Amino acid sequence: MDVAIVGIGIHKFGRTEGVSGREQGAFAARQALADAGVEWSDMNFAYGGSAAAGTADSLVNDLGLTGLQFVNVSNGCATGGSALLSAYTAIKSGEFDIGMAVGFDKHPRGSFNPDPEASGLGKWYGDVGMMLTTQFFGMKIQRYMHDFGISRETLAMVAEKAFINGSMNPNAWRQSPVDIDEILNGMMVSDPLTKYMFCSPSEGGVALILARADKAHQYTDRPVYLKAASIRTRHYGSFEVFNPSLAIERAPSPTVFAAKAAFEMAGIGPEDVDVAQLQDTESGAEVMHMAENGFCKDGEQEELIKSGATRIGGKMPVNTDGGCLANGEPIGASGLRQVYENVVQLRGHAGERQVEDAKVAYSHVYGAPGLSACTILVN
Amino acid sequence: MAEKQQVPIAEGLFTWPSSDPHLIGTREKSTGRITFPPIKRYGEEQEARYEDVELSTRGTLWTWTIQRFLPKSPPYAGPETMETFKPYPVGYVELPGEVKVESRLVECEPEDLKIGMEMELVVTKFKEDDAGNDVMMFAFRPAQ
Repeated sequence: MDVAIVGIGIHKFGRTEGVSGREQGAFAARQALADAGVEWSDMNFAYGGSAAAGTADSLVNDLGLTGLQFVNVSNGCATGGSALLSAYTAIKSGEFDIGMAVGFDKHPRGSFNPDPEASGLGKWYGDVGMMLTTQFFGMKIQRYMHDFGISRETLAMVAEKAFINGSMNPNAWRQSPVDIDEILNGMMVSDPLTKYMFCSPSEGGVALILARADKAHQYTDRPVYLKAASIRTRHYGSFEVFNPSLAIERAPSPTVFAAKAAFEMAGIGPEDVDVAQLQDTESGAEVMHMAENGFCKDGEQEELIKSGATRIGGKMPVNTDGGCLANGEPIGASGLRQVYENVVQLRGHAGERQVEDAKVAYSHVYGAPGLSACTILVN
Repeated sequence: MAEKQQVPIAEGLFTWPSSDPHLIGTREKSTGRITFPPIKRYGEEQEARYEDVELSTRGTLWTWTIQRFLPKSPPYAGPETMETFKPYPVGYVELPGEVKVESRLVECEPEDLKIGMEMELVVTKFKEDDAGNDVMMFAFRPAQ
């Protein structure tokens, strides 16, 4: 059974004082239902995720006690992607006709403070000050820059682009461009990454309505087809967050395997993609993920980014809605935001950030402790 | 008054007390794969599969970064305040043929750090505990 996305809804990302994460999720859900012209009571199922704003299935209190099958999903930063994959599989199996993938969150300000013992690590690891995701990102891109000749200017250009795209997206948190010198000379968080090169925990909600492709035209005259959704976890030797030791031999990232699986499912290749949303927890992540997802070879990013290829209007537009850098990262909603943007792009409704003639759209989300989720959408 | 002692930050991470301390890893016998810290074994199958080994004390810097802000506590348990905090380096040191170990880096400044430089293990004071003992952690410093 082919799967279509027939309704989309979003609550603006960033900080919304006085509105809970769940209320933001419900807002997005109602918008998605209206977009598809259906009622909550029409939903056969829902998969939802929230990391810090309560359990997702509490949404039924807002949307209606219809008795539907609601499953909570929790998969780190890939929670949204995991909710979508679950919904996709539910329709594809033929079991259900229509349902929702939804995610929302509302994080406190500042970095996350993880518990070492919850991650299977000794307390000492947190005690000595090594349990910070920011350190991992700094160390991964540091090694990558050394191996493949990526410059700090290129990292800054990734952030500059994110804020430019965010300024064209009314739902983004960061609405103003930031000068490249300010990005480069901003407060250093974890070398070589300054504060502008990191995304921050934030708030927001996204909902998508999925339906059997053969019934999609009942709901919308612009269905978008979900041709692939994949999740893969880490292999031995992959460089991941919160590892007191790493193997000498280096394995490819889980992204490489998730991307390959998605392209195989869709029967197309990276060269066929018109617009891509790639996990940009920090600038370096976008750079590395371009290669890990197959859009270029390691090291080619330096030239591609400097030439403007990843900007809107370039030959390989990446993170057209401003990505995590301009939207922040509400964990439950983040992966769904990427797919929301891709649907907007494929419908041709992206306004000044529209990628011309976009027909194939790709999304990739990466989460701790080493998993990636990818999707491919086509018109 | 009890004599001040040097206590390890956790049992089983490194040989201590010792004039020549080593990190302790676990080797999977069939593959030779080494991990740090040691794997806790549960059951006979696990006991037969793994053995603990002392790791090399010298290696090369594989990657690094600088922790520029005072980490949130918990989990951080360092002695600094906002006023006394100084950024500290962290990195992975590749112990040849064994494993890459994540570690605080000491006795060096950010501008000294270069991927590939020779590093050596030290056991160094992390902080004083409530009883006045020195809490000792492992770290790597530029090889001397």
